[in-house]
Amino acid sequence: MANVLIIAEHDNAALGQGTLSTVTAAAEIGGDVDVLVAGHDCRSVADAAAALPGVARVLHSEAPHYEHPTAEDMAALVTELARGYSHVLAPASTFGKNFLPRVAAGLDVAMVSDIVGVESADTFRRPIYAGNAIATVQSQDAIKVVSVRATGFDPAATEGGSAAVESLEAMPHADIAEFVDESLTSSDRPELTAAEIVVSGGRGLGSGENFQLIERIADRLGAAVGASRAAVDAGFVPNDYQVGQTGKIVAPKLYIAVGISGAIQHLAGMKDSKVVVAINKDEEAPIFEIADYGLVADLFEALPELESELDKTG
Amino acid sequence: MKVLVPVKRVVDYNVKVRVKADGSGVETANVKHSMNPFDEIAVEEAVRLKEAGRVEEIVAVSLGEQSSQETLRTALAMGADRAILVATDEALQPLAVAKALAALVEREQPGLVIAGKQAIDDDANQTAQMLAALLGWGQGTFACGVELGDDAVTVSREVDGGTQTVRLKLPAVVSTDLRLNEPRYVKLPNIMKAKKKQLDVIDAGELGVDLAPRLTTLNVAEPPKRQGGVKVASVAELVEKLRNEAKVI
Ligand SMILES: Cc1cc2nc3c(=O)[nH]c(=O)nc-3n(C[C@H](O)[C@H](O)[C@H](O)COP(=O)(O)OP(=O)(O)OC[C@H]3O[C@@H](n4cnc5c(N)ncnc54)[C@H](O)[C@@H]3O)c2cc1C
Ligand SMILES: Nc1ncnc2c1ncn2[C@@H]1O[C@H](COP(=O)(O)O)[C@@H](O)[C@H]1O
Repeated sequence: MANVLIIAEHDNAALGQGTLSTVTAAAEIGGDVDVLVAGHDCRSVADAAAALPGVARVLHSEAPHYEHPTAEDMAALVTELARGYSHVLAPASTFGKNFLPRVAAGLDVAMVSDIVGVESADTFRRPIYAGNAIATVQSQDAIKVVSVRATGFDPAATEGGSAAVESLEAMPHADIAEFVDESLTSSDRPELTAAEIVVSGGRGLGSGENFQLIERIADRLGAAVGASRAAVDAGFVPNDYQVGQTGKIVAPKLYIAVGISGAIQHLAGMKDSKVVVAINKDEEAPIFEIADYGLVADLFEALPELESELDKTG
Repeated sequence: MKVLVPVKRVVDYNVKVRVKADGSGVETANVKHSMNPFDEIAVEEAVRLKEAGRVEEIVAVSLGEQSSQETLRTALAMGADRAILVATDEALQPLAVAKALAALVEREQPGLVIAGKQAIDDDANQTAQMLAALLGWGQGTFACGVELGDDAVTVSREVDGGTQTVRLKLPAVVSTDLRLNEPRYVKLPNIMKAKKKQLDVIDAGELGVDLAPRLTTLNVAEPPKRQGGVKVASVAELVEKLRNEAKVI
């Protein structure tokens, strides 16, 4: 029977959304599920993990060097632990992508990246070629190391479980790599990958200042703000706004693309959204081929109008 | 210092790939191939480090069919000094690529490996991290800034919430993100010069490492198709439809 270890992503205060989707993927694999919470002063996270339905055990490992763990330190801890499991899962975020391949190599097993579906305990579906094809792959290894794309699985419930929390001794810090610092974008808006509505802007916005037009719509809808790579490259918004093959993958209830042409690499990050709206002045823009509602218009007229329309009633 | 740069030949990023009718894979015959875009960034970074006097030699490496020689010639034209093709007709998975690269690192003894963060065909995002693990080296993945010192490299990394900086002891592995640099256009005289640079071909079998695939692809299918919807005539109509038809706001 399967015996799954999930590596929780968190900020030492709360569990990340991606972890909840990973719990759902684990449930589809079946068997026992343990969750590793490695961090610093992160007891509240361990308790939150213990409340997830279906979790048997939470392994709580505390150390100063787990506050901002390096891939080297995470991998050292997880590789040791992994030998007792049939599956090791983590969210396919920059956190999971960073250390999981190290774990797989340490165990001399393959890794399955970015799964969007579970066929059976050893067979998974994952996108390749920027999501233009879906591969079904089977692993022959004794331990399956898998990263889980959050949009592929509904988030698990956050209460109902009552797992035991056990403490796990930390591994010594590996001095080949040191965390130096971090600068995180702060925002009062919902997190891009977890938001129900996303409003994204592209090169068509023309400047960072003009992104206020996008932000005003987002604030009226309680939405997150995203961007195309062209908008990020042009310096309109920070890099963590990027949606796409190499940015964030989102699948909100509503995705509004403004001044975005719809390159394959952008579509790869948003085409699983439930409803897509495109606003673009070029009626030939490829984004219209996948939009449920297309508006051919100049965004500098359409956005202010949208703002007042949203203010009317609702 | 010597830098090793692994470069992969992939279907060009502008090609809209087609899934084969028998579900065995995607159509790669007669479609344009080029260097994986992240690897171009890796070559560019190595060349800039050399131009800045931090690096003496750049060795580009590719694993794959003979046609990957083309990709290596591009790397040479961009400014790599020498190239190695590890020839094989088998499609190698990231763990196998990492093992082969680790064997080459043993031979070449570079102080730094700069790889791409992800190959845009398998979208695996694994090889650099696996290589670092096999070598016991530090890793700086998703790099948007690289500062190379004498015994350490400082790497700024693109992470989900913003950016993070790590410092790695050398030797180390770096993987590139899109914003690290903008690769140069290759000029014709450099293409001519590249033809004379050294390109060694070795058989993958010679490396003496286990390259067998661990994952079996059972099927490759088209993703669910999104149907285009309707055009709306006005902002008012759009809002009305979102409220009453789609019921999403
Ligand atoms: C390896 C690789 C990875 C990549 N990864 C990503 C990724 O993750 N995410 C991503 O987004 N891209 C990615 N790209 C880039 C991608 O190929 C496109 O270049 C990019 O998505 C284009 O952004 P855009 O649509 O904003 O710009 P453009 O293609 O320039 O489109 C701008 C659009 O705005 C419209 N417009 C202009 N002015 C107005 C106006 N006043 N009113 C209304 N509409 C207007 C235009 O009609 C046009 O359609 C990647 C590329 C590569 C090679
Ligand atoms: N066959 C290959 N030949 C050379 N380099 C490769 C090969 N496969 C992967 N790489 C390197 O590893 C990086 C990540 O690839 P992947 O892990 O497959 O997404 C690429 O950007 C290349 O730098």
